[in-house]
Amino acid sequence: MNALYSLVFVFILVLIPLFGVGAAHLNTIFGICLPMTAIGIFLVFSVVKIVRWGRSPVPFRIPTTAGQQLSYDPELFKQNKWDNPSNGIQTVIRMVLEVCAFRTLFRNTSTSLHETKNGPVVAFSSSKWLWGFALLFHYSFLIIVLRHLRLFLEPIPFFVHGLEFIDGILQIGAPVMYMSDVLIVVGLLFLLARRLADAKVRYISLVTDYFPLFLILSVALSGIWMRYYAKVDVMAIKELTMGLVTMHPHIPAGIDVSFYIHVFLVSILLMYFPFSKLMHMPGVFMSPTRNMPNDNRFHHHENPWNPDIKPLSYEAYEKDFGPAMAEAGLPLDNPDNAKAPEEA
Amino acid sequence: MHYGGKIIIGIVIFVGLLLSPFVFNVGKAYKQPELKLPANEKKCVESLEFMRTKHMQLLNEWRDWALRDGKRVYVNHEGKEFEISLQNTCMKCHKSKADFCDKCHNDAGVSPYCWDCHIQPEGLK
Amino acid sequence: MSTPSADELFKSIDYNPPASGWMETPVDFSPGNWCYPAKEDKTKYMMGYLPEAFGNPREWSPEDVDWKLPSNWREIVMNGFRERLDKYRSFKVFMDICVRCGACADKCHFFIGSGDPKNMPVLRAELMRSIYRGEFTVAGKILTKLTGSRVMEEDVLKEWFIYFYQCTECRRCSLFCPYGIDTAEVTMMARELLHLVGVNINWVLEPVSNCNRTGNHLGIQPHAFKDIVDFMVDDIEEVTGVKVKAPLNEKGHEILFITPSGDVFADPGIYTFMGYLMLFHFLDLDYTMSTYASEGGNFGLFTNSETMKKLNAKMYTEANRLGCKWILGGECGHMWRVINQYMDTMNGDIQGPQMRMPRSPITGTEFHNAAVTKMVHITEFTADLIKHKKLNLDPSRNDQYKVTFHDSCNPARAMGLLDEPRYVIKNVCNNFYEMPKGTIREETFCCAGGSGLNTEEIMEIRLRGGLPRGNALRYVQDKHGVNMLSCICAIDRATLIPLADYWAPGVEVCGVHELVGNALILPGEQERTMNLRQESLPGFEDEDDDWTPPNM
Repeated sequence: MNALYSLVFVFILVLIPLFGVGAAHLNTIFGICLPMTAIGIFLVFSVVKIVRWGRSPVPFRIPTTAGQQLSYDPELFKQNKWDNPSNGIQTVIRMVLEVCAFRTLFRNTSTSLHETKNGPVVAFSSSKWLWGFALLFHYSFLIIVLRHLRLFLEPIPFFVHGLEFIDGILQIGAPVMYMSDVLIVVGLLFLLARRLADAKVRYISLVTDYFPLFLILSVALSGIWMRYYAKVDVMAIKELTMGLVTMHPHIPAGIDVSFYIHVFLVSILLMYFPFSKLMHMPGVFMSPTRNMPNDNRFHHHENPWNPDIKPLSYEAYEKDFGPAMAEAGLPLDNPDNAKAPEEA
Repeated sequence: MHYGGKIIIGIVIFVGLLLSPFVFNVGKAYKQPELKLPANEKKCVESLEFMRTKHMQLLNEWRDWALRDGKRVYVNHEGKEFEISLQNTCMKCHKSKADFCDKCHNDAGVSPYCWDCHIQPEGLK
Repeated sequence: MSTPSADELFKSIDYNPPASGWMETPVDFSPGNWCYPAKEDKTKYMMGYLPEAFGNPREWSPEDVDWKLPSNWREIVMNGFRERLDKYRSFKVFMDICVRCGACADKCHFFIGSGDPKNMPVLRAELMRSIYRGEFTVAGKILTKLTGSRVMEEDVLKEWFIYFYQCTECRRCSLFCPYGIDTAEVTMMARELLHLVGVNINWVLEPVSNCNRTGNHLGIQPHAFKDIVDFMVDDIEEVTGVKVKAPLNEKGHEILFITPSGDVFADPGIYTFMGYLMLFHFLDLDYTMSTYASEGGNFGLFTNSETMKKLNAKMYTEANRLGCKWILGGECGHMWRVINQYMDTMNGDIQGPQMRMPRSPITGTEFHNAAVTKMVHITEFTADLIKHKKLNLDPSRNDQYKVTFHDSCNPARAMGLLDEPRYVIKNVCNNFYEMPKGTIREETFCCAGGSGLNTEEIMEIRLRGGLPRGNALRYVQDKHGVNMLSCICAIDRATLIPLADYWAPGVEVCGVHELVGNALILPGEQERTMNLRQESLPGFEDEDDDWTPPNM
C-alpha cells in the first residue's frame, strides 16, 4: 500500500512538467527557476541539518568494537585495527572502508530456523545481496552524477572523459550505452523488490522508503529516455545548463519536454533530500559508534555537560553500618561509628 | 560545536564540491559552438533538426546496412537517394573533422569511435 | 503460567509479521510480558539523591489501565526527549538517518526467538523515531501517516515500557547497521525518559538503590559481605588445605580489587570468586577489596547516566581513601562497558594523585592501554602472568570439563576483549571448543538477561531470547560433548544456567577464574581430590557420590 502511494505520487510528479512545459510552456520556471531553487534548498538545508547534528555534543566515546582491542601486549593479542581502531588514522581507515566499501553490510548474515532430526537449529548464513546491490546502485549513481559534469563545465575535465569512455566501453548502439545507466536501474529494482518481497522489510517500510526509490528510478528512466529514445539536442541543453552555472540563465529553443521532466524530478529529489532519510549520506560520517577510536582507557574524552554528581560518601556509609562493621572486625576510619546510634 | 573543526571541514568540502561548477565558470559565458557549414551544399541527407539530434543513429544504421547487409542506397524522408558511405557522401561536404564534428563533440564530451576505422577527412597528422 | 517445552517454543516462532501495521497492532500487557515495576520506596530513595533523574514513586501495575502517571507526564517526557536530543549527538543522528534497510532485523536475539516484529531493532527504534518525526519535524507534523509519524500518547509510553525492557542493550544490531545505529543508545534514552515519570522496573531500581547504600546490588551489608568472603576462604581451605587471605577495607595496599557482587553471592559465581582469592594468594599480591565499593557492575548503565556516574564514582573514591595505586576489575560484562567507555569521562577528575598507570607487581608489565582509567581486566592480568610463566598450573584438573566460551556482549562489542579470556582458558584447560562462527566474538549473542532483565517473571521472554545462544551451545554439546560454558560476566553466570537447562540440558556454567582456581597449584596444598565445586575429580570418586537425584 505504501509502495502504491509512492508510485502514484511519482506519476503525478511526472505529469506536472509534462503539462507545465508541454502545454503551458512554462519553460523558464521549469528550466531555470526550479532547478536553481532546488540547488539552493538542497545546499542550505543540508548544511542546516548537519550543523544541528553538530550542535549536540558527543558526551561519551561509544564506538561499536568489531574485533580484538588494542592490548597491553599487542604481540600476544593482535589488534584488529580496522574494526576496533585505537587511534585517528585507524578510525579514518574504518570510516573510509565503511563509506566507500559498505564494509558493515558486507558482514551481513541471514538467520533461519530449521527443524532437523537432531532437534532445532538456528542457522546463520552469509548474505551479501544487499551489500552487492546497494554498492551497485550507489556507485552507478555517483558515476552518473560525475558524468553530468560535462554539461556544467567547459572545457570538460579529463576524468569526465575517462568515465565516459569506460562507462561506454561496450560500444553498444548509438549513442553508446552507458553501463551505469543499466546498473542503476538494476540496483534500484533489486532494492525495491527486496523491500516488497521480504516480509520483515515490507512490514517496516514507510511511504518515505518507497518514495525515494521510485523518484530516483523515475530520474534514471527519464534520463535514459532522453538519451536513447527522445535523442534530445545535447548542445541546446548544454547551453541551458551552462547558463545556470555561469549565472546567465537562458532557455534555448528546441529542447524536448523529456528534458524538463528529468530536470523537474531531479529538482524534487534535491529539495526532498535534506528533509528525508537520504541524509544518511552526511549522517554516516557523524555516527559516534563508527567515527571514534576505542581509546577511552588511555585517552581522556571530555563530556561538555558532565554533571556534578558525587557518590554516597564513605563517611555516610560508615555511619550507616559502623557498629556491624566494628563487630565484624572491619577497620573504621572514625572509631565513634562503632557505637550504635542510641549509644552515641 | 563539539568536534566542530571536523564538521566544518566536512561542510566546506561538501559545499565546495557542489558549487565548484559555479566557481569554475565565474565570469565566463557560454555559447553553442558555431559550425563551419559546407559552402556548396545547403541540404544534408535529412533535415537540420533530424541531423542535429539523430545523426549518430543514422550513421550507425548506415554502417550496419552497408557492411552487414550490403545495402548501399539510402532513401531519405523526401524520397531522395544517397549512397550509403561516410567517405563518399558525408565527407564530400564535411571536409574537416576539426571544424565540424569536433566542435560539438568536444563540448558535449563525447568521442564517437568512427575514426577507429575511418581516416578523418583532413587526413592523418 | 507454564513455560512451553523447548521444541514447542521453537515451533511457535513465526517470522511473518501480523496483517495489521505495527502502529495498529495492540501490545500484550498480560503478565509474563513485563518485569515487575519498582517498589515505591526504591524510587523514592533514588529520588532523594537524584531528583532530576527519577520521578513519580507509587505502587502500580502494567496490567492496570491506569498507570497513575502524573498529569503533566506528556510535557515531562517531551521536554526530556528534546533535552536528550540536545545532549547526545548519537541520539539525534540515530533519529534521523535510519533508512530501514532491515539489515538489523534478524540480528536481535529477542526477534530470533520470538518473531515479534517490534523486537526487530529497526522497529524498536521506530517506536521512538515515530514520535520524533511526529513531534519534532515539520514533515512529520503535516504528513503524519505517510511519514510513519505519530504523537505522544499514553499507549505509546506503555509500548515503550514493554519493548525497551525487551532490549538488553547488547549492541549486536549496531554491529550490523551500515550507519552504526545503536539500539542500545535508543533504549537508554527511552529508559531515561520512562524513569522521569516513574515507569520503571524493580530489577533495575532495587539493585541501583542497594548499590548506592550498601555498595553492591544485592544489598549485602559490610559485615555480611565479610562473613561470605570468610566462608569462601574456608571452602578453599577444605579443597586445597591452604588458608588464603582475603583483605577487606584495608588501607595502604597497591591494588584495589573490585568484582561484581554476584560473584560473592550466588552459585556458580562464588567459585569464580574463590579462583580470584587463590590466584592473589598464590601471587602474594598486595591488594585489598572493599565493602563500600563491593560492586563491579553498574545498573546505572541501564537506568540513566546520572545514576551510572554516581555509582561508578565509588570506585575511584574508594581507591583514593584506601591509597590504592590502581584497580583490578573482575569478570563482569556491562561493568567493563562502563569502565571502557564511560568511567574516565564521567569520573576521571576524582582520581587521587596516588593513582598511576597499572603495572603488574609480578611481571613488571605496564598496562599502557589502561593509562587513563587505571583499571585492568582480570583476564588481562592473568594472561600476562601466564605468558611470563609465573603461574604453576595443572590443566588436567579441568579434564572432566569440555569447555566452550561465551563472549559477553559488552566486553565484545564495547571493548574488544576477545582473545585475552581465550588465552587464559586454553592455558588452564585441555579441552576447549569454540561455538559456531556467527555466535562468538563480536557476533556473540546475548544471554537475554542483561540490562536488568535477569528476572524470573519474564522467563519465557528470556528463554526465547536465549535461543540463538542456547542453540549454538547445543551444537557444540552434540558435536564435541561440551559440558561447561565459561564466561566473563556475573549476569551470564546467573542467566545462562536456566538458558542452558532449557536449550542444552547438561551444560554447566562457570567463570574463567574458576577454571584458573582449579588448575592453580598452590604452594603447600594438599592433594586435590575435588574441584572448587567440591565435586570429586576423576579418579577420586567415592561411593557416596553414586547418588542420583530423585525424579523432578
